[in-house]
Amino acid sequence: MELEPHLRQARDRGRKLLIPYVTAGATPDWPDAVRAIADAGADAIEIGIPFSDPMMDGPVIQQASLVALQAGTTPSGVLDTLASMEPGVPLVVMTYYNIVFRASERRFAGRLAEVGVSGAILPDLQLDEAGSWCEAADAAGVASVLLVAPSTPDERAMAICSRSRGFVYGVGVMGITGERASLATSARQAATRLRRFTDLPVCIGVGVSTPGQAAQVCADADGVIVGSALVHRMLDGATPQDAADFVGAIRKALDSL
Amino acid sequence: MPAPGPDGRFGEFGGRYVPESLVPACMELEGAFRDAWADPSFHAELDGILRDYGGRPTPLTECSRLSDRLGVRLLLKREDLAHTGSHKINNVIGQALLARRMGKRRLIAETGAGQHGVATATAAALFGMECVVYMGEVDTERQELNVFRMELLGTEVRPVRTGSRTLKDAVNEALRDWVASVEGTHYCIGSVMGPHPYPWMVREFQRVVGDEALDQCRAILDGGEPDWVVACVGGGSNAAGTFAGFVDTGAALVGVEAEGGAAITRGTPGVLHGMQSHLLQDEDGQISEAESISAGLDYPGIGPEHAHLAASGRARYERAQDAEVVSAFRLLAETEGIIPALESAHAIAWVVREAGRSIPEGSTVMVTLSGRGDKDVAQVRDLVGREGSAADGA
Repeated sequence: MELEPHLRQARDRGRKLLIPYVTAGATPDWPDAVRAIADAGADAIEIGIPFSDPMMDGPVIQQASLVALQAGTTPSGVLDTLASMEPGVPLVVMTYYNIVFRASERRFAGRLAEVGVSGAILPDLQLDEAGSWCEAADAAGVASVLLVAPSTPDERAMAICSRSRGFVYGVGVMGITGERASLATSARQAATRLRRFTDLPVCIGVGVSTPGQAAQVCADADGVIVGSALVHRMLDGATPQDAADFVGAIRKALDSL
Repeated sequence: MPAPGPDGRFGEFGGRYVPESLVPACMELEGAFRDAWADPSFHAELDGILRDYGGRPTPLTECSRLSDRLGVRLLLKREDLAHTGSHKINNVIGQALLARRMGKRRLIAETGAGQHGVATATAAALFGMECVVYMGEVDTERQELNVFRMELLGTEVRPVRTGSRTLKDAVNEALRDWVASVEGTHYCIGSVMGPHPYPWMVREFQRVVGDEALDQCRAILDGGEPDWVVACVGGGSNAAGTFAGFVDTGAALVGVEAEGGAAITRGTPGVLHGMQSHLLQDEDGQISEAESISAGLDYPGIGPEHAHLAASGRARYERAQDAEVVSAFRLLAETEGIIPALESAHAIAWVVREAGRSIPEGSTVMVTLSGRGDKDVAQVRDLVGREGSAADGA
């Protein structure tokens, strides 16, 4: 399923985009959780391939990555699982660049396409280093989603927007992933700013933790990415149905805008 | 050694693999460093502090008794005599001055053995800056006294309990802090690693070691130069600074890695902590946990310029085993009255092993003694007990 047309169509119908994040391997039943979340109203799902040194991630996703690696989760194992998943919404993998570098960019992109993954997010691969990866992803038909930070100057933000595929990932706060008690003002500012530079869907992630915060940020953004708040629940024993209920609550908040 | 290309690379190694949030800060730092390094008043201030406060120049010591024993002429560049007990002070004074130029009042740092943490805490005290040092919990335990030293200097030490709880995890945690605090905080990286411009900038701040040593060697050797130049390598800052002074001479350059942290000789190409370099990792790209008696070398990567020097053949990289390091530590103490840091003892160990073998008898060998061993005395006592003498068996 192609990521960008799917998200554009949904947005153009007036729907706010919801992209939950799940760390692959964080719980034994994670594939069931992904299917249940898809049914609960996700527009795409981010699948984290665990990395030993997740420096952009806070304690929750660090813990999920550790648990997954200790359980023997590997990149190829995750992709094999995704190959047979058929969740009905586009899947986007999120991992760190060394996993891609080690496999080789071309082979990794090719393998994503083979297993039906629509896009990829590499948070430690910024624009200036991303050229050959973006080309490999383009060639394979995989959307290379790039991130813009609150600290990114306008001119650079424009360049990132024009190289990003699928959507633009606006980092909502200067910091690592994790739940926050309230939405940072930088999250809404990020959405407003990026909308001026691109007609790609603009989705905001990092520090969006509750249905209320998701609705707040979507007053300005096309969509939200919710990671730690969901993974936190899964690590605490949430069943796939519980995970789906949480995602459903965010869906409801977005639909009521 | 030349500056890296505009993309921050030495050959294929280096680059700037950081989250977008940190890219503007890396660019700002690069600009500030280029300006400062071209500014005579910056050099004057830096050199003045290193002289009047840091104890530079450090001496070059001829080791007569150990030379007799080994059959080579051994010269030691005495970074152990610099303020705070290691070469780390050269880099942190430079970076603290830069932070001040950029208007940043808070320093953060990672540390393994604690030498870089102590040096950063010292610079923060000297310049009246706030300072937080991240240190793996394993290292806070084996380097307890250095934790207290940092606290005495007014620094907050945050033990890192994630991952292998050593140096690589301390770097992760420092980077996480920096992503959230970058506006008012300078990340004072302690080695020739991390995203561009750090590997280049830290090498330039450390080249004073090599530049001084070259002049001192020429003075001792009647204008001549050493045949061999040897330094230990974890991230590789004392080696990079040393090699910078000797790269244009005919000396063979040797970096000595810890057996359990040998990123060049046992690692494979990869990307971690902002740089493309050689890493200890598995076939999927998951980073391995380095294991060494020396906390300062307990790192699964190496500075990108070393990866390049190895690839180009200008420097070679060798390994020393924990047991021979402990023997070398004791041998230097007993024959020369110098207790080296365990890190530095790796370089000595390799020379002890190779003198008369790959180092021909009669060669002149210059070793950078990167730090003093006071911090390691308790650990070595636990390792060897009190019986026996290294010299008996050497």
